[in-house]
Amino acid sequence: MSANFTLDGKSIPFSDGQTIMQAAQAVGVYIPHLCYHPEFKPHGSCKLCTVKVGGRQTASCTTLAQDGMEVESDTKALNDERRMLTQMLFVEGNHFCPSCEKSGDCTLQATAYQLGMMSTHFVPFFPSRPLDASHPDLLLDFNRCILCSLCVRASRDVDKKNVFALSGRGMNTHLIVNAKSGRLADTDLTLEDKAARICPVGVILRKDKGFAVPIGKRTYDLKPISAYVKADGTAAKD
Amino acid sequence: MTVTSGSGSVAEAVSATIGRYRGNPHYVLQMLREIQEACDWISPEAVDLLQSELNLPRTKIEGVAGFYSFLYSRPRGRYRVLFSDNITDRMLGSIELFDYMCEQLWVERGKTSEDGLVSVDSTSCTGMCDQGPALLVNSYAITHMTRARVDEICELIRSKTPLADWPRKYFHVDDQILRKDILLASELAPGDALVAGLGRGADALLAEIKASNLRGRGGAGFGTGLKWEACRNAQGKARYVVCNADEGEPGTFKDRVLLASYADAVFEGMTLCALATGAQRGMLYLRGEYRYLLDQINAVLARRRQGKLLGDGILGRPGFDFDIEVHLGAGAYICGEESALIESLEGKRGTPRNRPPFPVTHGYLDQPTVVNNVETFAAACLIAKRGGAWYSAIGTPASAGTKILSVSGDCARPGLYEYPFGVSVSEVLEACGAADAQAVQVSGPSGICVSQPEFGRRIAFEDLPTAGAFMIFNRSRDMFEVARNFVHFFAHESCGFCTPCRVGTSLLKKLMDKLNNGHGSLYDLAEIEKLNHLLQSMSHCGLGHSACNPVLDTIAKFRPAYEKRLQHTEFEPAFDLDRALRKARQMTGRDDAGAHFTTVPGEQK
Repeated sequence: MSANFTLDGKSIPFSDGQTIMQAAQAVGVYIPHLCYHPEFKPHGSCKLCTVKVGGRQTASCTTLAQDGMEVESDTKALNDERRMLTQMLFVEGNHFCPSCEKSGDCTLQATAYQLGMMSTHFVPFFPSRPLDASHPDLLLDFNRCILCSLCVRASRDVDKKNVFALSGRGMNTHLIVNAKSGRLADTDLTLEDKAARICPVGVILRKDKGFAVPIGKRTYDLKPISAYVKADGTAAKD
Repeated sequence: MTVTSGSGSVAEAVSATIGRYRGNPHYVLQMLREIQEACDWISPEAVDLLQSELNLPRTKIEGVAGFYSFLYSRPRGRYRVLFSDNITDRMLGSIELFDYMCEQLWVERGKTSEDGLVSVDSTSCTGMCDQGPALLVNSYAITHMTRARVDEICELIRSKTPLADWPRKYFHVDDQILRKDILLASELAPGDALVAGLGRGADALLAEIKASNLRGRGGAGFGTGLKWEACRNAQGKARYVVCNADEGEPGTFKDRVLLASYADAVFEGMTLCALATGAQRGMLYLRGEYRYLLDQINAVLARRRQGKLLGDGILGRPGFDFDIEVHLGAGAYICGEESALIESLEGKRGTPRNRPPFPVTHGYLDQPTVVNNVETFAAACLIAKRGGAWYSAIGTPASAGTKILSVSGDCARPGLYEYPFGVSVSEVLEACGAADAQAVQVSGPSGICVSQPEFGRRIAFEDLPTAGAFMIFNRSRDMFEVARNFVHFFAHESCGFCTPCRVGTSLLKKLMDKLNNGHGSLYDLAEIEKLNHLLQSMSHCGLGHSACNPVLDTIAKFRPAYEKRLQHTEFEPAFDLDRALRKARQMTGRDDAGAHFTTVPGEQK
């Protein structure tokens, strides 16, 4: 017996144990998200994928689909709130897109465009966050971290290395690396690791290759992020 | 009370604590706390040793250590003073005492002295609101602070007197029970309720708890009987009973008194829950601010084991095995949220889980777990003894039984007042001697601000639900300052997991500070309402949902307190040239007219 729920009036089939997000992506429907990635256990922290189910708002990446559920996602009210969340992430860190190697390939930037974000609205916090350029192959620019924990999950679950973790609390929450010195060079992270390639923004960057694809021809310069949802459940280019 | 402190050997401290917890990594938070007690901070060497002995990644240990306010990954001084920063402490002059102590010890707020001897900082409410201003020294509570007492403490610190040799009177904490009802006046002896519960049998006991209509005393008011039944019926390898004594809501201190003077009733209630659910292990999660209670609580547990009220074959009943252990928190309000509390019990960062599933089916170690408030368990004893029908007849139809209120602020007699549900705010105000009240904050910052015209409202789940806090503000108080204090509290205590709460509480704090600095406009009031909407609809847990409550309530009920701060209603920049020069003035030691910008037109320098 097949089960269905409706998403913005459209009937979406799902199998047992699938979340709203998984079922939506499986049929190519885009729900904005930052911390969700189909290969990892959902985290539910960025809250961009919040949808409305029976009058209550809930993160679609952690909510199991149920037969007959009526879900709203692409509404003005929800997109307004999602835009505010992206604005919050922009002011919390230091995001200067024109000078960022990740520009055009960045999920935060692409999502902000998708949601029609025209300014940061809030007064920027301008936090002081030092870089870590100690590693021979990789650079860490903490200024752009959105605490999605994808690198944490990739290193823990795929690479089995636990190179990254979140420490601190509240506004002081920050990424740490697995070394007594606190330096990336003293961890066992390598270029081949999943964690080295998963960052949706410009925190974990390769050192030996920069601006190989010119700005204007990058992933989200070509098509908006919503156009990259594929039926196999993968969200973006990789 | 034995006071522990000192700069012991790191290797000894680490191996001792690992031994105590038999190398079980779920106890890593307890180990970190004990290492800090022994060594004054958690050094990289201590993390090295823990990591290799427990076979945990360093990132995991540092992630936990970094989450809790009372754990320091950098040296913070042999004496670590933390002034309680609840609004009630402020009303009793805590800020002046804080600054005075910094002056006397020659340290900056929040910094460690250059000789590494002492740090003086502030912390969220320490639960001593009825006897403030209060502070913590190396996690031990000192109440009734005065200027003279600051002088004495500074001298003890300067002379490096070990904390154990400080005068005992400093550490004295009063119960201050001013009205007793069925719970606080109960004369049940240890074991009485348990004998009654065993006499009824597990099924009948559960039926009585359900019939009593007892609802959770943490404020949310979920039916206790339903919770116990759901746990009993859930699939699992083991069941757990957890007592939430992370009493972090500013203005609440009833659990402190219950655990100081009614600990037997609390543990007996937990044991009754074990009887009803089939749990074999219980845990008391005690907030770090109540460290001073730990030894006496452990003594009560030991006595109960001796009296066959805990352990294997309780009261000679074969198969009725249950024991309780105490976990201490380390300065994180969010751990009062039940799923964050469970994460903390498992030795993790106190981040609320994604729910469902709920703890009754997937709690501690993913097993069925009952999490109840201290007062709920104590009330269960009365029901086991006297029955559900008797209990449900007390209070109101929707709110059975009594509620212990923690009364503080502007009144003659602060302390604990136990009333049947349904008592009005004005009755409580009269009892505690608050003649000139303009507002009462019921249930703390996340609760409701009740203004004078509403004093006829009643304490009950159907009107004013509460975890117990009852903070009174007289007509001389600035309700904007009250709300601003609460907003700072939420920003400090947000766990940082979800975007809306992490960033939103800080944005709200900045907006309130902007208004306070005279740079607010009507636009900012609208911004506050917008943020409130976002926090309520998008946040991961109750902290974010309620973070704007104190502001919205006070805007609605005390608007003049906001309006008098709006010098301009149209537009006012947040940036202030003169304020921006403050650091330069501090560095150069200048404060003359030439070191200031004036904003009067035509007078620009």
